[in-house]
Amino acid sequence: MIALSNVCKSYDAGGTDAVHDVSLKVPKGSLLVLLGGSGCGKTTTLKMINRLIEPTGGRIEIEGRDVRSLDAVELRRGIGYVFQGIGLFPHMTVAGNVAVVPRLLGWSAERIGTRVDELLDLVRLPPAEYRDRFPRQLSGGQQQRIGFARALAVGARVMLLDEPFGALDPITRDELRDEFLSLRKRLGLTAVMVTHDITEALLSADQIAVMNAGRLLRVGTPRELVANPGDPFVASLLAAPRRHADRLDALLNDTNKRGTP
Amino acid sequence: MSENLQELFANLPAYLGGHMLLSVTTLAAAVAISLPLGIVASRRPRLAEVALGLAGVIQTVPSLALLALMMVLLGGLIGFWPAFLALVLYSILPILSNTVLGIRGVDPVLIEAAKGLGMSDRQLLWWVELPLAAPVILGGIRTATVLVVGTATLATPIGGQSLGNYIFAGISTLNHTSTMFGCVAAALLAIGLDQLVRLLEVAARRRSRRLAYVAAGGLLLVTFGGLYEPVTRWFGGSNRVVIASASFTEQYTLSHAMSQKLEPAGFRPERRQGMGFGVQHLAIQRNEVDCMVTYTGDVWTLLMKRQDYADRETTLKEVTRFLEEDFGVVCLGPLGFENAYAVAMTQDRAKAWEVSSIADMVEFARIRLGRPLKVGGDISIFLHKEWPRLKQKYRLRDGDVQTVSMDQSLVYGAVQAGEVDAIVAYSSDGRLTEYKLQLLRDPEHVFPPYDAILLASRAAARRPGFVEALQPLLGSISQETMREANRRVDVGKQSPKEVAGWLLETGTSAKTP
Repeated sequence: MIALSNVCKSYDAGGTDAVHDVSLKVPKGSLLVLLGGSGCGKTTTLKMINRLIEPTGGRIEIEGRDVRSLDAVELRRGIGYVFQGIGLFPHMTVAGNVAVVPRLLGWSAERIGTRVDELLDLVRLPPAEYRDRFPRQLSGGQQQRIGFARALAVGARVMLLDEPFGALDPITRDELRDEFLSLRKRLGLTAVMVTHDITEALLSADQIAVMNAGRLLRVGTPRELVANPGDPFVASLLAAPRRHADRLDALLNDTNKRGTP
Repeated sequence: MSENLQELFANLPAYLGGHMLLSVTTLAAAVAISLPLGIVASRRPRLAEVALGLAGVIQTVPSLALLALMMVLLGGLIGFWPAFLALVLYSILPILSNTVLGIRGVDPVLIEAAKGLGMSDRQLLWWVELPLAAPVILGGIRTATVLVVGTATLATPIGGQSLGNYIFAGISTLNHTSTMFGCVAAALLAIGLDQLVRLLEVAARRRSRRLAYVAAGGLLLVTFGGLYEPVTRWFGGSNRVVIASASFTEQYTLSHAMSQKLEPAGFRPERRQGMGFGVQHLAIQRNEVDCMVTYTGDVWTLLMKRQDYADRETTLKEVTRFLEEDFGVVCLGPLGFENAYAVAMTQDRAKAWEVSSIADMVEFARIRLGRPLKVGGDISIFLHKEWPRLKQKYRLRDGDVQTVSMDQSLVYGAVQAGEVDAIVAYSSDGRLTEYKLQLLRDPEHVFPPYDAILLASRAAARRPGFVEALQPLLGSISQETMREANRRVDVGKQSPKEVAGWLLETGTSAKTP
């Protein structure tokens, strides 16, 4: 379980808060989506969990342990981190990229080899074919699959995802998202995902936390939020996909009517 | 192959060895300084600014000036160290700036990924930043390599040994083959090393291990090939002796004469040319040169900084005392001849004008010539203190004389052809006899005596058999013999080596009645 209590982040010594008084609970094995526009503080909130950014106030716990009591480097090795930039190392092969953390931990070559193949199978890239390729020889979707495999290499129980499908084309994005969601369920991962894509949030999340201007506006299941936005900003945010859905509906109905006389 | 080329090739191992040693140690030191500094600076923008600024300022100092400056800053130390220091300072900038640029140029996305995966700062550096910056850093090392190999030729004037010895000796003796030889050798070395480092750079860019091995192998081969001479000298070559010679005919002949005396005694002589004459004295003081021929007048004015006049014997005595007690080298004794400044004119003109001394000549010029007296000489002669003193002592007014500056090798012909009335000559020059020139007496003693003396370094003088081998040269070369030897080289176009043999035969037979 991940728990944030009264977390704040200020870049000007308390003058203004980029993230203000955020409290959240992510139950074990569930996916929480941080939703909001750019600059709302959602990425900052995410990065405070693995201490890529240090909070200026409040407390963050993973499995009941204060993250600040842990060594930052150790902490990050236990948390899978996937982000929009993907960040595969261009000077390493696919296998080299996936094996980075095991190598940092000093695993034996044999154990690393087995684990790499296992992970490549998991993200559906046949090891024999992909192991020795370099990142530049892969498509964007394939690269992010490696990104997932790398993040999962040492069996992380917690995943942090920052717009992980943001750089992919719509078809690849849908496909990869579905795969990720089923993989997450299968492995029982606790995850926090940042997105500004409302549809993506609604389709993926167990819980959605909506943020604006550094503040947490509302937390709830997609169903709860759609039924009762409870906040004018949340309502306007959710109005957009609803509008899209209505229009698509109309368009599809229209086509159906004309197609069947 | 001509004798000239043969001699040039004979010196190649030593000069190339010196050049390589200087270049390789310089580059190693420059990398050892710039790489860590660049890594730290890439994380601290203020430090980067200051370090790059300083390195940039050093870069604006002309290289020869920087070398000379190091010699001064190290208290007149000559040879390897001032050159090393100057070249290290000089090559910091390209490596430093490329290291900073290379590390800063790593995609921030990769830094975020590395941190997110749980790399410590050190792991980030070794696993991500350095491998990705490697091609850029190698590019900087490549620039530094070309810079260092080229600039190392300038180590010669401050007493270092490099391919520049060919160039500087070539310039001062108008031996164009020697100059070209040095330039081509230095250029080939620079191109070769540049291409090998470039190969390493390509290997880093393509992540090709095999290419990297080829490049590294090539670099090692070239480096150790070049270092063959210094390395073999390091191990065992204890019978090596270094003979310094200044860049004029007589000095070449005498250095060969010394060689020919030392070789049969079991020494391995190495003749070194192109060092400045003043620097040679410092080199023999520091045992970097083992023996050389110098002149009492030079020691008197250059090292003792005396301005007064003393006769030949007193000068010799005082110079010897100074060299042994104050300067710290061993003066073995005079060779027998002088190479002094002297005023000369053709024998015919001297007879016609009825002059035998400088005083006579001045009087003739003032009373009977009816036009200014034309005196030819090397430009430096007229800048020396002796020329104003000559004018003062002999009351030669500006209106009575017209000086004509020309290269020293041209003055003898000029006076013979009547282009000038008199010249300032070197008293041992062979062209004095060839062109039937007469030296005018100098009753006012404006020119100090310039007895040729043989110097040995203290270390060399202690070596068994060394002094004994050179002993026969002392007092064996008369003024006429030396002049004839010089004439054979300058006019007869015989090689200095050959003439040295003749000189030794003549000298020894003259000495043993």
